[in-house]
Amino acid sequence: MNKTVNQKAWFLVLPVLLLVAFSAVIPLMTVVNYSVQDTFGNNQFFWAGLDWFRDMLSSERMWDALVRQLIFSAIILAIEIPLGIFVALNMPKRGFWSSFCLVTMSLPLLIPWNVVGTIWQIFGRVDIGLLGYTLDALGIDYNYTQNTIDAWVTVIVMDVWHWTSLVALLAYAGLRSIPDAYYQAAKIDQASRWAVFRYIELPKMAGVLMIAILLRFMDSFMIYTEPFVVTGGGPGNATTFLSIDLVKMALGQFDLGPAAAFSLMYFLVILLISWVFYTVMTNLDKRDGAQ
Amino acid sequence: MTDSTVSTSTSTSTIAIRSRASTRIWRPSASLIVMALYLIFLLLPIYWLVNMSLKTNTEILGSFSLWPQDLTLANYEKILTDPSWYMGYVNSLIYVVMNTVISLAVALPAAYAFSRYSFMGDKHLFFWLLTNRMAPPAVFALPFFQLYSSIGLFDTHIAVALAHCLFNVPLAVWILEGFMRGVPKEIDETAYIDGYSFPRFFVQIFTPLIASGIGVAAFFCFMFSWVELLLSRTLTSVDAKPIAATMTRTVGAAGVDWGVLAAAGVLTIVPGALVIYFVRNYIAKGFALGRV
Repeated sequence: MNKTVNQKAWFLVLPVLLLVAFSAVIPLMTVVNYSVQDTFGNNQFFWAGLDWFRDMLSSERMWDALVRQLIFSAIILAIEIPLGIFVALNMPKRGFWSSFCLVTMSLPLLIPWNVVGTIWQIFGRVDIGLLGYTLDALGIDYNYTQNTIDAWVTVIVMDVWHWTSLVALLAYAGLRSIPDAYYQAAKIDQASRWAVFRYIELPKMAGVLMIAILLRFMDSFMIYTEPFVVTGGGPGNATTFLSIDLVKMALGQFDLGPAAAFSLMYFLVILLISWVFYTVMTNLDKRDGAQ
Repeated sequence: MTDSTVSTSTSTSTIAIRSRASTRIWRPSASLIVMALYLIFLLLPIYWLVNMSLKTNTEILGSFSLWPQDLTLANYEKILTDPSWYMGYVNSLIYVVMNTVISLAVALPAAYAFSRYSFMGDKHLFFWLLTNRMAPPAVFALPFFQLYSSIGLFDTHIAVALAHCLFNVPLAVWILEGFMRGVPKEIDETAYIDGYSFPRFFVQIFTPLIASGIGVAAFFCFMFSWVELLLSRTLTSVDAKPIAATMTRTVGAAGVDWGVLAAAGVLTIVPGALVIYFVRNYIAKGFALGRV
């Protein structure tokens, strides 16, 4: 849509600007402030320059958390994206069952995150949980509070349970926008199922899938509540991801300087990915506008 | 279409028709199995929670059963009669509704501006909003705590409502902008020619046109505020304590009160489950920030 140039539109945006500035810029400035100062308590601060950043960059603890975080996000994407597409391809296209699937699949997305954690904490327990009990009965030694692998598997299955539907719903929305004529043309050409997927469905879904990948990456990158409730970051530090580590540092130990420096670096990564996200979305808008 | 292709090629052997017919019968059933398995995978943990919420603690810990042998509503009764429990829900609802109202009130005009006009810095501003949606709450937990403590708003509903604006206002702006772009600009222009002032046009003509968009935006603001725990827990202690934080209370000296914990969990799923049907077709659009 061609937009009119109108500087007065700023007045319409002003409330948002003020509100978000209050709830984002002021806190962020506090973080910047802490990241360059040190304190011995009593509200006495002195200049520390970039020491905290240097500290954090050479801190093994942060790198370990970052590596864990990246592995986690990579596994999440590798499972959820293909699975989500697969589910979307199998969803009923119309009628009652289509609504039924949409509603049921949305259900995990609407559950408070700590309850998601609670559900899986219970579900995986060997004494009272269906999953843990079944695995135990099958003779598999499973204990997510003691065993690192089990903890990881639990956290990953939980995230797959929680968020695969999001990918599926987005892919489904993309599939629905494909006109029937495309499929009919493919049928006349006697295209195989794979060819239909590869040359019709996948290109048409590319835009929404990009959004799905970015959303899943972002949200898994800042995951906090669910693993915190299930494993508490343990056993040891095995499932301590970036956010969990950050909260531990900032609110648990009150190490303001390092936590602030950590936050800012964390935020820079987010900023970078947001920029990729934004570029993808605006390109998508342009393509839709051209059609 | 299929019939016509078949009838025009009269030479097509019956085998081809039969095989096509058989694939038509076979394919949906494969989809059916996939979907059934996936839905069972989704529902099983939820079923287990509901199952546990209907059992007594002795039954939960004493025996293992797939459904409650000794059906009891005592867990729900405890939550719904004990103020320290149900006030958690009330507190959550208060700040969630406050947040939804604030978010929509400021996002509506802004989304209109973004969808209709280009102005200095509009793209940068839009991008900056997005970065806030993407910001990890963990980064903001400590500064929020200090900010709201210093202005005396710690442990109030409005503090949590304002804190959640961090990600809900950008979300609402993006979703509403997505819906508003679908409304032809000619409608605005005609209304202005007819002598409508901007506020009157916005309320009387434009708002009804994007009613579904407002509903979806409200739903998502409600939802994201409802599911968030880290900020709401950090910013409250007693008076505005959300249900999510109250749930940690079940861990007592005598171990965890599993039945009540499960019942509390089930009750937090209810608000989302009640309204999901109405927004089912927009869920994807909402999660993708209005861009599907």
